[in-house]
Amino acid sequence: MESLKKKESARIDSELLAHVNWSRSSKIWIAFLLLVFAVCLYYYIQQIKNGLGVTGLNDFISWGIYISNFVFFVAASLIGMLISSVLGLAGVKWIKPISRIAEILAVAFALVAGLVIITDMGRPDRLHHILLFGRIQSPIVWDISVVITYVMLSLLLLYLPLIPDLNVCKDKCCGIPAFQRKIYKVLSLGWTHTPEQYQLIKKFTRILMVLIIPVALAIHTVTSWLFALTLRAGWDSPIFGPYFVSGAFVTGSAAVIIAMYFYRRNFGLKDYITEEHFDKMGKLLVLVALVYVYFNINEILVPAFKLKSGEAEHLSSMLTGHDSLMFWMVQIGGLILPFLLLLIKRMRRPLPVTIISVVILLGAWFKRYLIVVPIQQHPYLPIQNVPEEFMYYRPTLAEIAITCGSFVLVLLIVTILSKLFPVVSIWEIKEELDHEN
Amino acid sequence: MENDPDSKSSRRSFLQKLGFSGAGVLSAPLVLSSCQNNPDKGGASTLKVLTQDNHLVEIDSASIRPVADKAEREYLQKKGREGMPGKKFVMVIDLSRCKNERACMKSCQNAHQLKPEQHHINVLEMHDEANGLSYYMPKPCQHCDNPPCVSVCPVDATFKRQDGIVLVDNERCIGCRFCIAACPYSARTFNWTEPRDAEKYKDISYNMELNVPQKKGTVTKCAFSADRVRKGQLPYCVSACPNGVYYFGDANEDLVTNGTTRETVRLSSLLKDNFAYTLMPELGTKPSVYYLPPRKPGA
Ligand code: SF4
Repeated sequence: MESLKKKESARIDSELLAHVNWSRSSKIWIAFLLLVFAVCLYYYIQQIKNGLGVTGLNDFISWGIYISNFVFFVAASLIGMLISSVLGLAGVKWIKPISRIAEILAVAFALVAGLVIITDMGRPDRLHHILLFGRIQSPIVWDISVVITYVMLSLLLLYLPLIPDLNVCKDKCCGIPAFQRKIYKVLSLGWTHTPEQYQLIKKFTRILMVLIIPVALAIHTVTSWLFALTLRAGWDSPIFGPYFVSGAFVTGSAAVIIAMYFYRRNFGLKDYITEEHFDKMGKLLVLVALVYVYFNINEILVPAFKLKSGEAEHLSSMLTGHDSLMFWMVQIGGLILPFLLLLIKRMRRPLPVTIISVVILLGAWFKRYLIVVPIQQHPYLPIQNVPEEFMYYRPTLAEIAITCGSFVLVLLIVTILSKLFPVVSIWEIKEELDHEN
Repeated sequence: MENDPDSKSSRRSFLQKLGFSGAGVLSAPLVLSSCQNNPDKGGASTLKVLTQDNHLVEIDSASIRPVADKAEREYLQKKGREGMPGKKFVMVIDLSRCKNERACMKSCQNAHQLKPEQHHINVLEMHDEANGLSYYMPKPCQHCDNPPCVSVCPVDATFKRQDGIVLVDNERCIGCRFCIAACPYSARTFNWTEPRDAEKYKDISYNMELNVPQKKGTVTKCAFSADRVRKGQLPYCVSACPNGVYYFGDANEDLVTNGTTRETVRLSSLLKDNFAYTLMPELGTKPSVYYLPPRKPGA
């Protein structure tokens, strides 16, 4: 905040609005994303035509990277709740410039998670059956309802604090088409910057922040129940809910750090997203990683100590067998090592902490894979009288392309949102400055 | 299922049978307008229909007319969903008699339009290390009384009927495969691609109790041959076994019949005298399939 104190209000406006336009580079980037997306879409169309047989899935390992990716996206979307709601309600000041970034990521990941689950369906043409015949007892129905609720609440939580800024956009953005200005005007709902209006916004934002906490916990808990509510050894675990939620915070914090780094560099926000923010986010990451390590120890050590008959096979293949390489790389390289590094202050500077976050994010993705896939390779009864390939799962090109497509879609949504709206809340920054002066 | 190469005369008599059987015709989507072939309309195009005893026959399309089949579909659906009142079907599998002949698997795959790698019933080679014993274990769906697949299905596409049979409605299944994940017995299989002989079965009306025709992108599994059981016959696998491995019957009557010897015995004493067990009882699924141990006690 120090560096901002000398800045005039008009300067803050122009600096924070500088990226709200359709520059050449942003157009090229969007065109590139669209192109890649089109290729991925081609593979999805193939899948619709030929059935899920284009994937590497089979009767025994019937959930693969689509489901792991779904879990990953739901996990990443939880960060909106942690940063804007939990820390926001606790009155933590430094999150002000990054809370909108967290909200943008939450919206993008949650929206695309909903689509990812559709790509896993054998009959996407029967999606409406869930409305026609939905059974309230099924965890899938719970999951769909909470994900939709979370998307809605997150959109509102993104939109509400944006209203004053939309008004500023309408007046002060340059080089945007006229209809975009009109959209700002409509969306800003006749905002006139009166104190009563600010009161209202703050009040309703607070209500939303409170509401979103249980819903966010619910989406990931219910997602974990898709596994925990089955009788499979290895999934049948009562701590799956908190285990997933704590993992989600690690994933989301890493994603936010990466986004912060790109915005800071490319949108010229050095004075707003400062080194201090990276340091703080690094510390937050240490905290959530510590909690996650704790749950990992519980989840792995407890059954490994007892080696119950059903679990023994899967555990030994994970710890020392077929999946052990990935397992140890994820646990040590993707969690313990980054955690230890982040304890060092120098490692929490923008570039190192961003690199560490990329590693954590990668590890987090493969961690979801390890939760979903290996357990299915060891059902209670032996896998017999089927082709050799059914013993293990190897994703196909189509499957990988469709999964990449979902990432491209997240990037597209994030890009478009951050080109349409200021990623740092203008009025909240100014308000904060007023307080300090 | 064999595709009977019907001669003209036998086709004729079949058509008459079909015509007389009244309500039985409901199992086909099409109803005959007359029992005679109409030469004016040209006999060039033929249609395949499934007869009541599950033979696929070709008949002249001119001799049939489509029915406003909504009511009949609803009837079929209702019948398939409700099951037979007052029954509780059970199977007993005598492991000491299984010689891994796999006649059960073959007849099952033929009846249910399954590919070689798709199993409603799968004969597994088991090794009991504690007793140094190897044996073959046929494993159909266990038709649990507390079925995990039914609890998780989001659209009620897999359900438990009053007669204990767990079925799949492949016109409703959305292909989420949650039931496959939930089943501890790996009893379910999926149509990852076009089902076997999809062309041949294209025009056949869906019979939920047989789960044929199979549909791409939906799940399928053992149905305890609900279609045969309704007609008072033993399931496909049970009657195909040459070694007397299977018993099938009604627990309410306390009677089961051996598929090979046709001998009917009291269920409770069969289970008690032979130390019957169910698979993984600790999971609380309460299977309707009982196993008699691979080696007779004291033998
Ligand atoms: S795959 Fe079909 S039957 Fe199985 S749970 Fe999903 S909708 Fe139900």
